Amino acid sequence: MSEVKNILLVGVGGQGTILASKILSEGLSQAGYDVKMSEIHGMSQRGGNVSTQIRFGKKVYSPIVGKGEADVIVAFEAMEALRWIEYLKQGGKMVINDFEIPSVPVQQGIAKYPEGIVEELVHKAKASVFKAGEIASELGNSKTMNIVLLGALTKAMDIPGIDWEEVIRHNVKPGFEEINIKAFRAGADQVA
Amino acid sequence: MKRLMTGNEAVARGAYEAGLTFASAYPGTPSTEILENMVQYKNDLYCEWAPNEKVALEAAIGASIAGARSMAAMKHVGVNVAADPLFTFAYTGVTGGCVLVSADDPGMHSSQNEQDNRNYATAARVLMLEPSDSQESKDYMKLGLELSEKFDTPVMLRMTTRVCHSKSLVSLEDRVESALIPYEKKIAKYVATPANGKALRRKLIDRLKSMEEYSNNAEINQAEYNGTEVGVISSGVAYQYAREVFGEDVSYLKLGMTFPMPMAKIKEFAGKVKKLYVIEEMDPYIENHLKMAGIPCIGKELIPEMDELNTDIVRKAIFGISTETIQSEKEAVVRPPALCAGCPHRGFFYALKKKKNIIITGDIGCYTLGSAAPLSAMDTCICMGGSISAGHGAAQALKKNGSDLKVVSVIGDSTFFHTGINSLMDVVYNNGNSVTVILDNRITGMTGHQENPGTGFTLMGDVAVEVDIPLLCKAIGMKEENVLTVNPLDLKAMDHALSYGLAKDEPTVIIAKWPCILKKFSEQDKKEFDLTPKKCEIDQETCKKCKSCVRTGCPAINSGDQIVINPDSCTGCSICKQVCPFDAIREVK
Repeated sequence: MSEVKNILLVGVGGQGTILASKILSEGLSQAGYDVKMSEIHGMSQRGGNVSTQIRFGKKVYSPIVGKGEADVIVAFEAMEALRWIEYLKQGGKMVINDFEIPSVPVQQGIAKYPEGIVEELVHKAKASVFKAGEIASELGNSKTMNIVLLGALTKAMDIPGIDWEEVIRHNVKPGFEEINIKAFRAGADQVA
Repeated sequence: MKRLMTGNEAVARGAYEAGLTFASAYPGTPSTEILENMVQYKNDLYCEWAPNEKVALEAAIGASIAGARSMAAMKHVGVNVAADPLFTFAYTGVTGGCVLVSADDPGMHSSQNEQDNRNYATAARVLMLEPSDSQESKDYMKLGLELSEKFDTPVMLRMTTRVCHSKSLVSLEDRVESALIPYEKKIAKYVATPANGKALRRKLIDRLKSMEEYSNNAEINQAEYNGTEVGVISSGVAYQYAREVFGEDVSYLKLGMTFPMPMAKIKEFAGKVKKLYVIEEMDPYIENHLKMAGIPCIGKELIPEMDELNTDIVRKAIFGISTETIQSEKEAVVRPPALCAGCPHRGFFYALKKKKNIIITGDIGCYTLGSAAPLSAMDTCICMGGSISAGHGAAQALKKNGSDLKVVSVIGDSTFFHTGINSLMDVVYNNGNSVTVILDNRITGMTGHQENPGTGFTLMGDVAVEVDIPLLCKAIGMKEENVLTVNPLDLKAMDHALSYGLAKDEPTVIIAKWPCILKKFSEQDKKEFDLTPKKCEIDQETCKKCKSCVRTGCPAINSGDQIVINPDSCTGCSICKQVCPFDAIREVK
């Protein structure tokens, strides 16, 4: 089991987690790993959370990651980072997009969006925190926020021998290759 | 060539490779993408959306009788709808191979119940296969069609959400055409009258013996001997969890075919290990078969009988080990689904919520979210089509007992075509007085926008005749003046229509017609509805923070120190503008 690596991408419907997961899985499978990816997206379009789980290694059995087993968690939204923290392995890494999307009870004024999430999580785990949305907007397309995060993730994972930029070229809409590659590089620069 | 595919994609691929001719389905999570992926092969095969699962299976049966390989796909609860033809289909058997895909939803990710459809295979006595990943989903689909022809039986392919929606590597092969088997009239086989039925029943019982013999020798029921201390029997995705948790040192019997069960192989396996575990999701299906045969095993006394399994649950149940986790004192606020910003159902539910002294019977679809706060405008939700008939029963019972409560039944367009129409016939025929509201958003919304008999297009993209819902209602006996079509974004009109219906002591139908905001608008949609993009905004100086707009439950409206409308998600539906008592909300282009 120890040789299987586990990655979680968590966020809110519409943030592009599924595309990022697809690129990630394809890169890993091209590198010769056995890969399994699982997603729960039923209600995502209606404001629900989305999560995708990617497991890779020599041989992967379960398609889902257990609590305390994720090597890396990429949170596309701050409160989702908090929701999934117990899935992180002791000593695992987090990539957190410092970005808030209120959920319906918060919008309704019934609940308060928790304060100081990011500050707490950086104390609990090795976390890279940055504003992926702002980086994407500065590059000229706020929708590439997911690829900024993907760039940070691949840097945090540190798996040699995968030409991520080539995989991105094959998976984004024609005409958007260069902006996405720029976003990917900018994301990688955020991780030490 | 290997490709990452979901189980659903792989099922479609398997059907294609096996030379399938005909596929039919009613969309339902987690099965929907099977037919959505089938469309890419439309040059080689034919596929369609059926109005419901019974119709889908019956059409597949017809294609099989005509000599073609065929399939029907549905979610677990869909098999309840299709159970009627299924049980007799088990008697008649097939001509061309026929597979029924049942996509079960352990954990109820998006279903009204969780049920273990392996029980259907035993009850109907049809051969059943259970893939545990995408490669097997493809392989078993192909094998299913072969075995269907070999044993003259329909075959169930039982998937679960994790198998349907997880991706793993699949080897692709070419399609091998399967020629139509020349048609022969076979009255004794295909006319299920009692006289023929008795003979067919005998054949069905006899067939089980040869199928069990196959099961005992099938490669897909595979034993892996790693030691004599512990043995594990499992099937489906539960095998993957078990294999990971128990590791390399125990022996496994992985069952790919779970009806008929390979009892001889199971006895042999059980005889070689000292301690035997059965790891299975939901019901003690395998376990019961073992116990009936007098084979001692450990199963549901440790493994939960409800919800999805995962490695955590299995590890904790068997070894008592929990993985150490990182905890936080802070708590994430729930992120429940809600009707989308601009959803046409919001206007309807808002108007309905204002009505007093009513019971609202609901149905299965996006609009079931109308039951959630702050709209809270739904009292029941049972099954597809059940809103109208349950509503009718309630209304008759109330009337009989002199209650002044009235009933409003709420149903979507696709659900109305599914099984709502026959319920409405019940209301009309039996002199009911309930108000039926058909929320016609011009698409099957909940499952991700599939075409249906009302949308004007088929699954394969051809232009189709549209069902005229008002005319249909009149055809079954609704009075002309009691069938109203209303724009649900117009709260006044919606309120008037409801008042009209509630005042009548005879059946009324209100068609709340406006396209789903997320739908790809057809040319006809653009002609029929004013869909020019608009936004609403709140004038902060006029706003008294009364929160009337917030109570519409629109996710584009944010309530904090100020109440603001998020311009990125607002679609300008204007419901908030209509409810604002201070005229603080205006439309902007």
